[in-house]
Amino acid sequence: MLLAEGLGHAFGSVRALDDVSFTLHPGQTLAVFGPNGAGKTTLLKVLAGLIRPRAGRAQVEGGRRAVGWIGHQPQLYGQLTVWENLRFWAALYDVPEPDFLQREDDLLFRLGLQNYEHRLVRELSRGLVQRVAIARALIHDPRVLLLDEPFTGLDRTAAEESRELLAEQAAAGRVTVLVTHNVEEGTELATDVAFMRAGRFVHLAPRGGRDTAEIADAYRRAVTGG
Amino acid sequence: MVEILRHGWLLARKDLLVEFRSRTAILSAVVFTVLVLLVFNFGRDPTAVAAVDLAPSILWVTFTFAAVLALNRAFQLELENQALDGLLLAPVSRASIYLGKLVANLIFVAVVEGVGLPLFALFFNVAILPVLGPLLVVIALATVGFVAVGTLFSAMTARTRFAELLLPVLLLPFMLPPLIWAVLATAALLAGRPLSEATAWLRFLAAFDLVFVTLAFLLFPATVNE
Repeated sequence: MLLAEGLGHAFGSVRALDDVSFTLHPGQTLAVFGPNGAGKTTLLKVLAGLIRPRAGRAQVEGGRRAVGWIGHQPQLYGQLTVWENLRFWAALYDVPEPDFLQREDDLLFRLGLQNYEHRLVRELSRGLVQRVAIARALIHDPRVLLLDEPFTGLDRTAAEESRELLAEQAAAGRVTVLVTHNVEEGTELATDVAFMRAGRFVHLAPRGGRDTAEIADAYRRAVTGG
Repeated sequence: MVEILRHGWLLARKDLLVEFRSRTAILSAVVFTVLVLLVFNFGRDPTAVAAVDLAPSILWVTFTFAAVLALNRAFQLELENQALDGLLLAPVSRASIYLGKLVANLIFVAVVEGVGLPLFALFFNVAILPVLGPLLVVIALATVGFVAVGTLFSAMTARTRFAELLLPVLLLPFMLPPLIWAVLATAALLAGRPLSEATAWLRFLAAFDLVFVTLAFLLFPATVNE
């Protein structure tokens, strides 16, 4: 379970989070849409425990160990192979060796990376690197996934592949929070939708039967007033 | 404590593997060391000042600037692909991260010193073998001190725009005390004076290490937390 209760934060005089509250249960995916500077990444960092909020509290069942992060930067070392990267991150999360070997095999197979296991990450295409980033984020089997603009910089095919993989993860019973400025990119994954402006949630509701066009229209009205 | 040591070693091993693969920083630092020793060797008048009087200062100036080159890379490689955020998110203590960086930097600088010391003896015709044991103690104590402070400042400056320029400007004033003591101790040893004459400087170096390694461990979290 993921709980955010009255979260508030500011950088100097700039208010980044203002009374943000929500609760998510396993299987729920909250897509948070907002323009640049709305406070989306700050929200994720507060949820991840990277930033201590000035007000309110964020609680992740299982603590930091239960969080997996996928951003538009892969958090990988280019000079290490795919296997070495995964081994390193698994060791930091104290994943036992047999669990690591099994999970690594499984992830590489599901992500189509079996033939790249011993290739240096810097030699891989952007799409493949993003798949490795997904494997890195899942190697410790996190219960909560935090996604920060995960499709930025990917071509259409790679973005579609990543979206499918992340949808699988959400369906596997994880709690997911996805933040993006692009409504078209995030809607498919969402069970719940929030719009963010100047640090505040100006809309938070289940997605229901709404399609991308309806959500994009609601977003325009709520955030840009158009 | 065991966890801190284990995670620290994981990080150090990863840094050394990354450096072993790229060899950019180590090669730069070694080439720099050789060039500086060459320049000082051919740029001095051996009839004006005896080599043994000049040698200690040259040795330590060379080691100091080579170390700064090495320290600059410590956190730069974590910024590539935002791996630092991944480290901060992982369930490892900040002390582990600092320890890992410190150990990797110490090994890195030791390699540079290992190349520089024989060349120094060769170029300046200084007999280091009779005093090799005590000389290595001086080098080890001074290196621990300035690498400990340098690792901390490297973390502070890594996210700034002019990290390469800022690091030496911040670091050199803190390096002055151990540098002076190391030069004095080295001069006493190379001049064939009894070891007891260098003992006071060794004690100062040990005290500096104790104080600044402790301070660096305490202050490090503040340099990487948002």
